[in-house]
Amino acid sequence: MNMLKLSWKYLVAKPLNTGLNILLLALGLAIITVLILIQDQFENKMTKDAEGIDLVVGAKGSPLQLILSSVYHIDYPTGNIDMEEAQSLSRNRLVKNIIPLGMGDNYQGYRIVGTNHDYLELYKAEIEMGEVWRKPFDVVLGAVVAEKLNLKVGDSFIGSHGIGSSSHEHDEHPYKITGILAKSSNVLDNLILTSIESVWYSHDEGHDHDKFEADVTTSGFPPADEDREVTSLLLQYRNPMAAVQLPRFINSRTSMQAASPSFEISRLFELLGVGVKLIQGLAFAIIVIAGLGIFIALFNSLKERKYDLAVMRTLGASSLQLFIHIVLEGIILTFIGALLGIAIGHLFLAVLVMQNEQGAISGLSAAVFLREELYIIGYAIAVGFIASLIPAWTAYQTDIAKQLTKS
Amino acid sequence: MLSVKNIKFQYDAQNSFQIPDINLKAGEQLLILGKSGSGKTTILNILGGLLKPDSGEVKLGDTLVNQLSGAKLDKFRGKHIGIVFQKPHILAPLTVEDNLRLANYFVGAKGERNLELLKELGIYNKRKSKVTTLSEGEAQRVSIARALANHPQLILADEPTASLDDENAAIVIKLLQEQAQKFNAALIIVTHDQRVKDHISNHIIMGGKS
Ligand SMILES: Nc1ncnc2c1ncn2[C@@H]1O[C@H](COP(=O)(O)OP(=O)(O)OP(=O)(O)O)[C@@H](O)[C@H]1O
Ligand SMILES: [Mg+2]
Repeated sequence: MNMLKLSWKYLVAKPLNTGLNILLLALGLAIITVLILIQDQFENKMTKDAEGIDLVVGAKGSPLQLILSSVYHIDYPTGNIDMEEAQSLSRNRLVKNIIPLGMGDNYQGYRIVGTNHDYLELYKAEIEMGEVWRKPFDVVLGAVVAEKLNLKVGDSFIGSHGIGSSSHEHDEHPYKITGILAKSSNVLDNLILTSIESVWYSHDEGHDHDKFEADVTTSGFPPADEDREVTSLLLQYRNPMAAVQLPRFINSRTSMQAASPSFEISRLFELLGVGVKLIQGLAFAIIVIAGLGIFIALFNSLKERKYDLAVMRTLGASSLQLFIHIVLEGIILTFIGALLGIAIGHLFLAVLVMQNEQGAISGLSAAVFLREELYIIGYAIAVGFIASLIPAWTAYQTDIAKQLTKS
Repeated sequence: MLSVKNIKFQYDAQNSFQIPDINLKAGEQLLILGKSGSGKTTILNILGGLLKPDSGEVKLGDTLVNQLSGAKLDKFRGKHIGIVFQKPHILAPLTVEDNLRLANYFVGAKGERNLELLKELGIYNKRKSKVTTLSEGEAQRVSIARALANHPQLILADEPTASLDDENAAIVIKLLQEQAQKFNAALIIVTHDQRVKDHISNHIIMGGKS
């Protein structure tokens, strides 16, 4: 027998009360756990995906939409831009590197992105099997795409117009898989990569077999055989000066728009932050209620337990031990509540991720544990301590003789 | 071994008590009889260190009980004084055996005698039960076992037979006497129950309020 066991015995003697208090607290903490997990991974993922991209240039429209569609591949593109105009940018001395992107097709919901090999280099992507694309209609699959669609090197498929999975199929030229990327835990995992030429030719009317046999461009812009368009450009600055001049120049002097990923993303988080704050507030309210519940439960049980406490004193327990006895009850309750809450939070996130295989949260993992979760446990224990303080003080002051003579 | 001298105590102006001096050697037994309201529980509480007398001294062994306070008093009480109440007051969330172990824990005793004690009191096969499943007589025996779990030098019993029938009352008194004898402890039983008189010859009568 020890203090912990004693408090535990008193808790399990009232399973309903104890269970409800634990559950209420666990719910509040689960919400906070999910928020922390999502926020942390989301921010990490978002910053990681935008690394090395100083500016995105695309058709005029919403800058956030441009970033979401061109960097994270989650929203629809703002439109296409003329390639000649785009190409003129690459001659600007403030520009270090430009990667063109061409979008518009998908296969089973996974976006087919036309680009060049610089894009792979930008993310330091590694080929797991096969090799990179060399000819039109050669594609390289992201690791998740290959795994989810069960495709291998050498397989071919026919893409569909549009970037959502419901769009209609091309009846023309099939894509051939030449390589599969190693898993990188970034946006590439969910993409099907190919050359700009593939995207162009798949939308062309006629079949020009000579073109289909020619090698594709691996860096820079492909030579235009007619009036061509691309969707957007990922751009790196040559010097800090560019950050000041280039966006202003593009936005005012061209028919394109420039958007900075870091700026748009922090704006997005600000917008989301309001919602997060709201949910956080709700979770804190639940936790306060849970704390009150524990306080009330302990305080009420004290009335029936004063006699027990007096008996313990006659058995040799000191006032301090009674104090500890009650405080331990609060702490055990909240400690279990915290563990349960964290478990529920992770479980909830796991279910969420499983149900959103292609969405923005598909890349999140429920199996990540953060230091903040330790804080949750500490925080919960503090709640238990505070909630049990007054009841414990009452127990501390129990007048034994009076209690024993009473009933 | 137990000596009580010149104890005066009052709750308030109307309730003041003059308590007779008591001298008991180890192994001796004393019955304190008195009407309801005569101050029997009060005197027991003073002897057990649950109430502080206004004056006088309670000495157990070499220790002046009335001069101890705080945790020291609690530990001394737990170690050396076993108290049996009118109602059993077993801690309901714990099993019979754990009630004894808790008494051991509070004073840091090992409790090697617990099972033997339960056997002698005829409640060994109930040791894993919760108190709610015990009969009144069984429960009273558990409270005796618990009071004895730490080998007290002094056993105080407040109307231990009040709610028991003749047969059980006799059993409980006999058990208290046997155990006190076995461990050479002083035994004081406080009661208005005349049945107990047949078992203990040494008795004093509380005069009531002075
Ligand atoms: N805490 C208290 N404050 C004031 N008066 C009290 C208190 N406790 C007891 N008394 C009074 O002291 C007197 C003696 O009480 P006590 O409990 O010692 O009697 P008792 O002899 O044990 O009676 P009973 O046989 O009914 O148990 C009673 O008149 C009671 O009302
Ligand atoms: Mg009484």
